[in-house]
Amino acid sequence: MNTLIYTILTLCIIGVVAAVVLYFVAQKFKVEEDPRIDETEKMLPGANCGGCGFPGCRGLATALVESDDISALYCSVGGDECMGKIAAYLGKEAPKKEPAVATVRCGGTCEKRPRTNSYDGATSCAIASALYVGETGCAYGCLGYGDCVAACAFDAIHINPQTGLAEVDADKCTACGACVAACPKGIIELRKRWPKNRAIYVSCVSKDKGAVTMKACKAGCIGCRKCEKVCEFGAITVENNLAFIDSTKCRLCRKCVAECPTGAIKMIGLAPLVKKEEVKEEK
Amino acid sequence: MKTFPIGGVHPSDNKQWSKGSAIEVMELPDVVNIPLAQHIGAPATAIVKKGDTVVVGQKIAEATGFMSANIHAPISGTVTAVDMQPNGQGLRQMMITIKREGDEWSEAIDRTDTLVTECNLEPKAIIEKIKEAGIVGMGGATFPTHVKLSIPDGKKAEILIINGVECEPYLTSDYRTMLERGEQLVAGTRILMRAIGVTNAVIGVEANKPDAVKHLKSIIGSAADIKVQMLKTQYPQGGEKQLIAAVTGRQVPAPPALPIDVGAVVCNASTAVAVYEAVQKNKPLIERVITVTGSAVAQPKNLLTRFGTPIEALIAKCGGLAEGDVKVINGGPMMGRALSNIAMPAMKGCSGITIMVGDAAKRGVESACIKCAKCVEACPMGLEPYLLSKQARKKAWDAMEANDITSCIECGCCQFTCPANIPLLDYVRLGKQTVMGIIRARNMKK
Amino acid sequence: MANKFFVSPAPHVHSDYSTARLMGDVVIALLPALMVSIRVFGWNVLAITAVSIASCVLLEFLVQKYLVKGPVTVNNLSAVVTGLLLAMNLPANIPLWIVVIGAVVAICVAKMPFGGLGKNIFNPALAARVFLLIAYPVQMTSFPAPTMDGFVDAYSGATPLGAAKAGLVDFASFDAPGMFVGAMGGSFGEISALALLLGFVYLLMRRVISWHTPVAILGTMALFATIFAGIHFEEPSMHLLFPLFHILAGGALLGAIFMATDYVTSPMTTKGMVIYGIGIGAITMCIRLWGAYPEGMSFAILIMNSVVPLINKYVKPKRFGARK
Repeated sequence: MNTLIYTILTLCIIGVVAAVVLYFVAQKFKVEEDPRIDETEKMLPGANCGGCGFPGCRGLATALVESDDISALYCSVGGDECMGKIAAYLGKEAPKKEPAVATVRCGGTCEKRPRTNSYDGATSCAIASALYVGETGCAYGCLGYGDCVAACAFDAIHINPQTGLAEVDADKCTACGACVAACPKGIIELRKRWPKNRAIYVSCVSKDKGAVTMKACKAGCIGCRKCEKVCEFGAITVENNLAFIDSTKCRLCRKCVAECPTGAIKMIGLAPLVKKEEVKEEK
Repeated sequence: MKTFPIGGVHPSDNKQWSKGSAIEVMELPDVVNIPLAQHIGAPATAIVKKGDTVVVGQKIAEATGFMSANIHAPISGTVTAVDMQPNGQGLRQMMITIKREGDEWSEAIDRTDTLVTECNLEPKAIIEKIKEAGIVGMGGATFPTHVKLSIPDGKKAEILIINGVECEPYLTSDYRTMLERGEQLVAGTRILMRAIGVTNAVIGVEANKPDAVKHLKSIIGSAADIKVQMLKTQYPQGGEKQLIAAVTGRQVPAPPALPIDVGAVVCNASTAVAVYEAVQKNKPLIERVITVTGSAVAQPKNLLTRFGTPIEALIAKCGGLAEGDVKVINGGPMMGRALSNIAMPAMKGCSGITIMVGDAAKRGVESACIKCAKCVEACPMGLEPYLLSKQARKKAWDAMEANDITSCIECGCCQFTCPANIPLLDYVRLGKQTVMGIIRARNMKK
Repeated sequence: MANKFFVSPAPHVHSDYSTARLMGDVVIALLPALMVSIRVFGWNVLAITAVSIASCVLLEFLVQKYLVKGPVTVNNLSAVVTGLLLAMNLPANIPLWIVVIGAVVAICVAKMPFGGLGKNIFNPALAARVFLLIAYPVQMTSFPAPTMDGFVDAYSGATPLGAAKAGLVDFASFDAPGMFVGAMGGSFGEISALALLLGFVYLLMRRVISWHTPVAILGTMALFATIFAGIHFEEPSMHLLFPLFHILAGGALLGAIFMATDYVTSPMTTKGMVIYGIGIGAITMCIRLWGAYPEGMSFAILIMNSVVPLINKYVKPKRFGARK
């Protein structure tokens, strides 16, 4: 019986001593933090994707609470709605951004862009791109080893095995920009998100001269400037043998798409332009 | 026998295929492409334009700043273009294209075979001549030689080491150079000693080349200033830091420390010959010996090749490519770069072309790490490749820096030895490049 | 052109090491010990070994194919090594169904749940042996007596260590040469020091393992035993015999050469291996001299297995150019 009592007593004493020690240690190492940071963090999506430039949601929450002007801070995953809520809670002016979507600017499918060699190194775009141009003659195109896929926290980008190219699932994309940073070729761009995920963009980033581009890939931009001339809104500029459509000026008129000789200008969610006359009549 | 203190591997050297063939002069090409970036540092600036006629040895591109090198015309003829051309990796680089007309040499160059050992030039004048001749390290790293010989203030060179190790398997260009141009090599060594102000030099040669050791010893004879040191056949014996440690017992500390911090200057054997030619014969660097070898190469050869000659012409000269799966490597199999474009021109750093065929052209299938620790055992820098490659995959750059990734010499021992065929070095190299970038950015901020 | 160009970063050549080759070498190195056991304990040994290997390989195959649904990698022979080592840690008269249970513990508890080869913390064969030792103590500790003519006198033998623990042995008269070649009771893989040392030499020659771990373990054990003998025994002959006895008896050699050097569960640096070896040696001797069990090798290795991640984190190889 004594054994039992002693055992229980000893355990209780150990417990009490440990509790007291723990209490003082906790007091000593306590970190004072603004309670609003916790609240703000809860309002953020919690994806910890790093798209805002901070290591995680808590980093952004801390910055939002601590800085007076939050116009440069933005969570593209939560969007305007989420930022509005947080701004209201913190009593600051809400930053606004147009919704965007990641766009892969390469149309060099296996068919259009013949393979000239076989890459046998580690499956990583960064490693392959540090080594050489890639399996095709194009030094700018998508390598297809999926660094962007690995970077995406939302399962929104995948390599299509048929084309060998990265493809974005626009509905899942939150425009966090992780894939943009991960792509060693700088192919992925965050472009304005139109309703119903419609889009018109130049699906090529090759700065080679037209003849060189054409030799490597049948779907590349050859810098012929036809699109630049046909655009009524001044949205298209050609620089370094490469056309670029400014998504803030583009009105999705589709004329450039019809004009492009190589099909480098792509459109999504739009019917092709049939005749030029019809467009004029509409106006 | 002397060797470096830690790690190392023993790949089969396969030098038997090409070691027996004497240096042969490669036919002059009809058209050459001369890249402006053939060395570490800033690319040279072209000083000729389309339509200019040039003679052999004429300077066609000037060094851009101190850390750069001059480039000279390897053939005589007309410049047809100064434009972007694909290099061996398919990347477009600025190159000067020359169409050949005859073989007319610049008059300043002494083309006779007479050996001139006497050199009374001041060290500064020697270095200036070397700089003018556009000489860079010919072992593969292509570090401008005049930069290496310009000892920074406050440092003092104590020993010159001539790297005749050629630890890279398959290659025999340095070996043939030592055998056939031994006198020039020794003369070049004495010029280099004079340039850096040292009184003793060691020529390091791996034990698999005993005839080269014997030959060099017979040339040097009883002279006490140059010693020929036989070193254990072990890769990477010819790595700069490994060689210094093997010869002097001193270990170069981690970067940014340089060999000069332990009083050593290392030059490649072929570079020493080039230095001799530049200083005594006024001949700039326009050609070099390139080994073309491989298990399926019909006639492996050591070819004295003018720069700009397409690699495919060299391969054709040695019997052409066998059909099927191939890997054409610029350099040896441990550190060379695989080519996707064999029209690439021969350059200053190209010591050999290794051709792997069939299954040897492909890597084995990767499997799980069994933590056998063979990579740690093999690393000559005392790093932990398994850990570094894991951290690189996780993009843990800070952790990689803490684990001394910047010390990595990319020798490939870890990946060579890995029983699970893990592409260790692929990831370690990626991590090293990234961490170096981070460090540079940090230093810029300061 | 009929050429397909391959491009990859350097290096472009590879050593002849492969996981299967290294594992195969371990199997070859264990064969002498297995043959001695067959000679001493009879064909039963072969049956146990076959059942153990077959169950391990089959279980790994089933788990990889139907549970993990990933690639099946049984051809790397790691399951064969696990099965063989497990068998060699069992008495020669163990019922076969216990062997199968051991294989289940080794593969389905100690190895695959951690992620398979390369990721387990504990040596699978040892984890299984310890499980069996605790779950079936009677079957696991009744050893057949060794008879050199193949006759097995079941349930009568005791291991030298067990006898020593019970105070039954007269140290001065123990049969060192006999123990060296295999005339002692015990798990069937551990009896012949000669055969095990032969395997050790083979592994060293083929550069499969480094000498650091085994030498550190045996060295520590010998040192420990010598000090113990110096304090407890009067007669000077014991100062030599006692350490020799401890190295030859029980699983010291089998453990030091084949179990502690298991790649996955041992440290990555030579310095780490020495620390790990000293730890195993010391713990083994503590258990043998003062613990409840006569043998402590298995427990010691498992305890040190758990420290390996810590050793790997803090014990770094000496960097080239580091200041002393």
